[in-house]
Amino acid sequence: MADKLIQISAVSKVYTRGKMEIPVLDKLSIGIDSGEFLALMGPSGSGKTTLLNLIGGLDYPTSGTITIGGERIDQMSQGQLAHWRSRNVGFVFQFYNLLPVLTAQKNVELPLLLTNLSRGERKQRAATALEVVGLADRAGHRPRELSGGQEQRVAIARALVSDPRLLVCDEPTGDLDRTTADEILELLQLLNSEYSKTIVMVTHDPKAADHAGQCLHLDKGRLLEETMA
Amino acid sequence: MKYSGLIWSALYRKPIRSVLTLLSIFVAFLLFGLLQSVSFAFSQGANFSGVNRLIVSPKYSIIDSIPLNYTNQIRGIPGIEKIAHQQWFGGIFRDNRSFFPRWAVSKDYLEIYTEFMLPQDQLDAFLTTRTGAVVGRSIAEQYQLKIGDKIPIIPDIWPNKDNGPWEFDLVGIFDAKKDSVGDGIMFINYVFFEEYSLFGEGGAGNIIVQISDPDAAARIASEIDTMFANSSDETKTTSEKVYNQMFAKQMGDIGFIMTSILSAVFFTILLLTGNTMAQAVRERIPELAILKTIGFSNLSMLFIVLAESVFISLLGGLPGLGVARMMMPGLGESVSFLSGLEMTPEIFIQGVTLALLLGIIVGLPSAIRAMRLNIVDALRDS
Repeated sequence: MADKLIQISAVSKVYTRGKMEIPVLDKLSIGIDSGEFLALMGPSGSGKTTLLNLIGGLDYPTSGTITIGGERIDQMSQGQLAHWRSRNVGFVFQFYNLLPVLTAQKNVELPLLLTNLSRGERKQRAATALEVVGLADRAGHRPRELSGGQEQRVAIARALVSDPRLLVCDEPTGDLDRTTADEILELLQLLNSEYSKTIVMVTHDPKAADHAGQCLHLDKGRLLEETMA
Repeated sequence: MKYSGLIWSALYRKPIRSVLTLLSIFVAFLLFGLLQSVSFAFSQGANFSGVNRLIVSPKYSIIDSIPLNYTNQIRGIPGIEKIAHQQWFGGIFRDNRSFFPRWAVSKDYLEIYTEFMLPQDQLDAFLTTRTGAVVGRSIAEQYQLKIGDKIPIIPDIWPNKDNGPWEFDLVGIFDAKKDSVGDGIMFINYVFFEEYSLFGEGGAGNIIVQISDPDAAARIASEIDTMFANSSDETKTTSEKVYNQMFAKQMGDIGFIMTSILSAVFFTILLLTGNTMAQAVRERIPELAILKTIGFSNLSMLFIVLAESVFISLLGGLPGLGVARMMMPGLGESVSFLSGLEMTPEIFIQGVTLALLLGIIVGLPSAIRAMRLNIVDALRDS
């Protein structure tokens, strides 16, 4: 247990909507090793995105503990959690969520604004991240000038640029055609194998899950089964 | 500043909306600069009034006259150095648009009002020429008047004995000292006015009293008014500052009008800009959520949105104030009684402060909203 990068213990999450309480996760316990590429699958409402949000430090569990890299993130304040995210987690979303007024280069630089790096160093690091995702020649383009696959590559470069240990990906191929989706998944595999990034990915797509080393199925907030890809 | 690119880029999100917002702020601050400067010009006379001068006026109405023989009695009060008198002459020069104040003044008037600087030979000419008149340099330049010119004035209050236009000989052009009421005035010889006017003989609009000790002003004013209490022509004696303010109020409560217009303009701009900012933040909630996701703290979000609002406000406001400042000389030339019009550093600082406040007030609700943004809800809704 102590060797796990991510240790989730008896985590429950209940959302309150008015007077109604909606349980989403029910005493879930999972351990994820460092360097693992894990896919989370399950039907809509099964709690996979909620679990991803908890792992990424975007939300707090109602009960239970979440320890990542030896730090209890469920006990951190919002400010501490924001700082922790900036150092430890890269995020990739289904709809890329790039800032449309910024170039690819500037989008990738965004997480580095939270560091003490100089302008030149930020620029250099962003250029390197874009090179890793194969978009060095598109640094000056704005998101609307890029294809969906290219936008997602920029989003991955943004997730990578601060060199986090953990990448959390919420349906990263959900908005892409099969060929482009496969390219993105191969890129994630490369980041996992070559750069030792621990990746937790939510997906509905079994073919996407095939690229992961391990796949967990959730239903109604509980872990159903564990399969090796 | 690290976030400057992020703040600047917000302007490019909706360029047309940004331009219109900037224009509305620009116009608001242009108006602010102009109106505040005009308001200041009106109050300038009061602010720069001599502290050693008292103005004796009719108690009940300034259109009444004070008997001129009062001057002999007033002169006996201890502490009085000099006495002069004046009468609002008015009239129309060329047309109604060519307005500047015209006063009939006694010979010793310019000895009291030393801020109007006239060369000695021209002063002598004014004192010895029955139909003599002197004008400020700004008036002379605006209407291209030179010494020796005839100045015809069509009477509106004071018809003359020939029931025709008055005609004066320009014998002097004076300059006004800096920080004085300005030189947009014309003085005519009181003796000629009194002789040639159809009525009004033996009276004056005001008596001006120069005192040796400003601290004695209240005592002397009280003594003058007591002296003529219960007479048919009671007086009201005030400091020159109070008198000038009362005179300005005849043209409407300038300060009140200015403040009302400014308030209306700013309230409108505040609503429009506030609405635009709020709308801009609503549209960017997914982006703001992303910034928070990647690690921007709540305080950073507050700062970024607030800085954006203040930046827009200054970007529109500063050029507005700058253009207003550039317009001052032209405006002063085209309206002669505003010849001393200028935007003082104080007004400029007021404008900048107001632009900062506008940015903060307008941006604060949006900034607080960005700060409190729940990442999970915002990402789900997007």
